[in-house]
Amino acid sequence: MEQFAQQLLNGLFLGSIYALIALGYTMVYGVLRFINFAHGDVFMLGAFSGLYLNRWLGPMMAGLHWSISLTVIMLLSMAICAALGILIEFLAYRPLRNRPRLNVLITAIGVSLLIEYTGQHPAVFGATQQSFPALIPANNIALTSNLAVTNTQMIVFVTVIMLLVALRYIVMKTRMGLAMRALSLNPTASALMGVNNSVVISFTFGLGSALAAAGGILYASLYPSVEPFMGIIPGLKAFIAAVLGGIGNIPGAALGGLIIGVTETLVGGYSSVVGLPTGYKDGVAFVILILILLFKPSGLLGKTEREKV
Amino acid sequence: MSVKFLSRAVLPLGASLAFLLGGCSKEASPDIVIGEVASLSGGTAAWGKAQNDGVKMAVEEINAAGGLLGKKVKLLTEDDQSKDGEAATVTKKLVSRDNVVAVIGEIASKKSLEMAPICQKAGIPMISPGSTNPKVTEIGDNIFRVCFIDPFQGTVMAKFALSKGWKTMAVITDVKQDYSVGLTQFFKEYYTKNGGTLAVEQSFSTGDKDFKAQLTAIKAAGVNAIFVPGYYAEVGLIAAQARELGIDVPMCGGDGWDDASLIKVAGKAVEGCFFSNHFSTEDSSEAIQGFVKKYAAARGGEKPSTFVALGYDSANLLFHAIKTAGTTDGKAVRDVLAATKDFPAITGVITLDAQRNATKSAVILTIKDGQFVYVETVKP
Repeated sequence: MEQFAQQLLNGLFLGSIYALIALGYTMVYGVLRFINFAHGDVFMLGAFSGLYLNRWLGPMMAGLHWSISLTVIMLLSMAICAALGILIEFLAYRPLRNRPRLNVLITAIGVSLLIEYTGQHPAVFGATQQSFPALIPANNIALTSNLAVTNTQMIVFVTVIMLLVALRYIVMKTRMGLAMRALSLNPTASALMGVNNSVVISFTFGLGSALAAAGGILYASLYPSVEPFMGIIPGLKAFIAAVLGGIGNIPGAALGGLIIGVTETLVGGYSSVVGLPTGYKDGVAFVILILILLFKPSGLLGKTEREKV
Repeated sequence: MSVKFLSRAVLPLGASLAFLLGGCSKEASPDIVIGEVASLSGGTAAWGKAQNDGVKMAVEEINAAGGLLGKKVKLLTEDDQSKDGEAATVTKKLVSRDNVVAVIGEIASKKSLEMAPICQKAGIPMISPGSTNPKVTEIGDNIFRVCFIDPFQGTVMAKFALSKGWKTMAVITDVKQDYSVGLTQFFKEYYTKNGGTLAVEQSFSTGDKDFKAQLTAIKAAGVNAIFVPGYYAEVGLIAAQARELGIDVPMCGGDGWDDASLIKVAGKAVEGCFFSNHFSTEDSSEAIQGFVKKYAAARGGEKPSTFVALGYDSANLLFHAIKTAGTTDGKAVRDVLAATKDFPAITGVITLDAQRNATKSAVILTIKDGQFVYVETVKP
């Protein structure tokens, strides 16, 4: 029983990070109706900016409490990645805005590969794994003799919840959020109502990339090894999480992330009981994707949209 | 019109013609061209760089000493990006376009298994510095290696585990690497036959970051130790996460652990763990100490990793064979290589057996205060 509880906890923490990345996918999809496949790479860039910021700023913040330096590093990385996200949109996607969506999709894959392989160049990050500094001092919290969480996991979880609440506030309560929702509903009409679509789209990319950066730092704190390809698999899983929850739907993305994280961990932990190799745990996420697309194409919380003919 | 015509039709035509002619003129190069396949980027980049360092060092030395058969040695290194299938592609390029006389590479057994059939078919000798899976040299009689193989390494670790009194163990295997699967198999054979019990067998895939699911299952089984025959990138994370879950039993593994980044990622988590390796920089033998000093002088005090030494040994064994054969002809070099006996290398005296594997001793290292520390040598 305790083993099961431990597995659930493991899954919950993993899932919360997937949820954070999934939000970026879902927001961009909600506004532009296209999947930004470079999102997983912005996640990687976030982790690396955390690494380098800590290297440069770490000595200056040596005397401060770790929570302050963590906040500073995280906010700065989020700002850097927000700027990068806006730049990517401006250079790669904006020129294609009125072209078929397939063009933008393929460009997104190109941008993704460009970032990954540029990152591998020795002058950028280099190809080898680098160890990520312990921004949060490691401390095991033993709940019972067989049930353990680390304070890193707790902090990651709390940070994800805080970011989700903040995002919900931005989208539902601010004028920019209103503009985003309007654009999502009907871009032409929102433009006619005086919304500057380009600004809103840039803002959406910036916000999504900032969340990805936060996800990158939190992920690297849990799994302290960063390399230029680290964003691919979490990016794919988060994409599935977004589709599972109903792409374009923010609570759906969070729910999808948690479901993927927990399922994956349970399959990993118990597959040997039913005689499946553990390697199948990655496959399960994709099986879920196929099932969802077959039986509820709009996702768990998504609304079915009827195309007018 | 005529200018336009020239630029539109004649120029490209001329250019492509020149290109074609250039492509055809493939007469013997003035140098002896050696191919190398290494994972200079991607998941096992640390090893590719180490191997390349060693091979380059050997090439520089032989050129400084006047070259081979009166010619300079030219090294062509191709990066396989640690990606599946890429090693085969670059080997094909080396063999068919660059006409290399021999190929050195790879460390990961999976990559060597991709390269071997191509070299075998082309009749070009291939020397793997560090692939320990037995299947590699079984591909054909042109494939050699300068390291021991996993049946030996697995047995060494199983014996060591039993001698430590670890009666119940868990194993966690990287199912994507032939190396890891093979090592688990040979470890298990010896260990279970000689009184040990493998309570849990878990697996993962190269590139995984989260191992908590598997480790939680291992924790529930309550074992004396865990055998982790993986590569350094994953092993570091496995060790760190095991400690987070409150698993405090020792872990052990094979030469896949050898890289300084293991300690950087895992930190204290790997203290007191053990792994088998090809050599130790602490070994007092003259060859090793001389090599360590030479490398440190060239690299600002850095210590060579195992795969630097193995890369260096592979290149030197190849040069020795070319010199002895007196030609770069694939068949002649192959025959000399196959007859290698008592070749004095850095990682030990190399004698190749009938399966073209080196019979050499293994060393067992432990991690103490963030350093790899020598424990014992196990003779074959």
